[in-house]
Amino acid sequence: MEAAMDLMRRMPPGRAETALNALLSLIPDHSLDLLSQVDLPLQVCMDKESVKEYILCEYNRDADSYRSPWSNKYDPPLEDGTVPSQEMRNLEVEANDVFSVYRDQYYEGGISSVYIWEDEDEGFIACFLIKKDGQGKRGHMQIGSWDAIHVIQVGPEEEGAAHYCLNSTVMLSLTTDNKQSGTFNLSGSIRRQMSMTLAVADGHLVNMGKMIEEMEGKLRNSLDQVYFGKTREMVCTLRPPPEVLNRRLPDS
Amino acid sequence: MSDGEELSDRQKREIAVWFLSNAPAGEIHYVAKGKPPTLPLTLAIQLYNPIIITTYGELNKNNYLDPRTAQVATVDHIKQVMLQTLHVLILVLVLMPAMHINIESLKNCTKLRPAADEELPSAYIEDFRSALDVELSKYVGEAYPKGVCAVYCTSGKDIEGPGADFGLAVVISAAKRSPQNFCFRKKFDIPMRSYFIFNFWIRLARINGSWRSIWTLEFSDGLQFVEIKGKIQVGAHYFEEGNVQLDTNIDCKDSTILQSPEECAVSITNIIRHHESEYLSSLEESYLNLSDATFKDLRRKLPVTRTLFPWHNTLALSLTRDLTKELAIGK
Repeated sequence: MEAAMDLMRRMPPGRAETALNALLSLIPDHSLDLLSQVDLPLQVCMDKESVKEYILCEYNRDADSYRSPWSNKYDPPLEDGTVPSQEMRNLEVEANDVFSVYRDQYYEGGISSVYIWEDEDEGFIACFLIKKDGQGKRGHMQIGSWDAIHVIQVGPEEEGAAHYCLNSTVMLSLTTDNKQSGTFNLSGSIRRQMSMTLAVADGHLVNMGKMIEEMEGKLRNSLDQVYFGKTREMVCTLRPPPEVLNRRLPDS
Repeated sequence: MSDGEELSDRQKREIAVWFLSNAPAGEIHYVAKGKPPTLPLTLAIQLYNPIIITTYGELNKNNYLDPRTAQVATVDHIKQVMLQTLHVLILVLVLMPAMHINIESLKNCTKLRPAADEELPSAYIEDFRSALDVELSKYVGEAYPKGVCAVYCTSGKDIEGPGADFGLAVVISAAKRSPQNFCFRKKFDIPMRSYFIFNFWIRLARINGSWRSIWTLEFSDGLQFVEIKGKIQVGAHYFEEGNVQLDTNIDCKDSTILQSPEECAVSITNIIRHHESEYLSSLEESYLNLSDATFKDLRRKLPVTRTLFPWHNTLALSLTRDLTKELAIGK
């Protein structure tokens, strides 16, 4: 299993799905572990009732059906599909509304879904998903995708405060393609964790939202500065740009 | 395969080859080690080897020509080789800038013999080949700190003089491997604390990359013309708490007139130098656009409003709805 995960970390992120399928057929005994530990690009489905798209994941799945956060109904229909309690559902509806505004302001498009359900120990778990696909309107990107998964475990409220544990994953891929510079593809996935104990006075949603906003900023920054920066440095190590070479020449 | 049906060896082999051919530069040995033990590993390696060693130098299944030293290395892919040795072999092949066999390093794993006359190009072709090899080595030595190159004859190697077409291929490869990896700590059982002390050092090492260019040259005697086609591929893999890969490639085309071996060598090397430096600047440009334009198309640094998201206000706006909801729950 460890070897399998090590292997997954080395495969091109854009081919994660093929790699996972291959592993599943090789070691079917570990399929549950693999499915829960490997992150794949998010899938989207259309809620026919509210004509809004929603994101599919393990957390809104029951048997082979997926629950829409908009209508709270399963597709294909399930008679006894699990639904959150009324209290959780109210929070879920509100979270979906607010989160779509947040998503629109940062992503200028895309799809988001929030799923919330009770945890065993009196708290609850919320899963915030964002998927942004498509061509860039600034004219450089041909194909790109950003998939974010934020799972927050919220502990029971004690003396007006609650413990929040956030696990985030971002998967992204961007390809530019033109005659002059050929095909240029950067893809990757990173994961981070963040824990906080916060006063609940303003409500769970404010706390969760702020944590996610901070986390997304950090993840975006690491991808941009650290990860992309490192691959750029590597290119310059392999073939130093002329100005670097010229600077070195007098020494040698 | 959810029905639990056993895969045939052939299917397993296909999967193994897929994984190996998708391994980032310099990590093939890790991928090979990471395979579940059920895999017929040796088969996969046998299939993969000819891809690592350039096919231009391949005389037959196990023999590879090094045109510069006129020696033939026998790479015993599978026969009587222990798995352990195979790993070493793969490691050497992969650590060597990929497409050129450094015959010195392979001594332990392979047999070496001088190439037979019929395996080498004629004196006429060799003049073109070696002149280009000399020019090119100068350029590669200047431009790529860890670069190597090789020039192979791909067609018409027995031509004795002017009057017929022939072909050469140029392979340039520069690679940088991290000597350590994230298996490093586990492998040597280093305690977590001292691991952090060395973390900065290790951080520098957590990246692999390769630059490969292949140029095919068709010398047309009738047209007194050399057609030049190139393919440049650059890859990098950075894996620190994540997995980010760069994968780029470009095809180029150019031509020059057929002259003496020395003049051809100079003009071909100039053309290659020109295209490769152009490509480097266009890569730089792609990176410049990346942060401000390309990446912004996916997710902005700040919202369109240029201030952090007003979580409190959004809630205030829906306050009335909240109140009705709370009443409905009966709290």
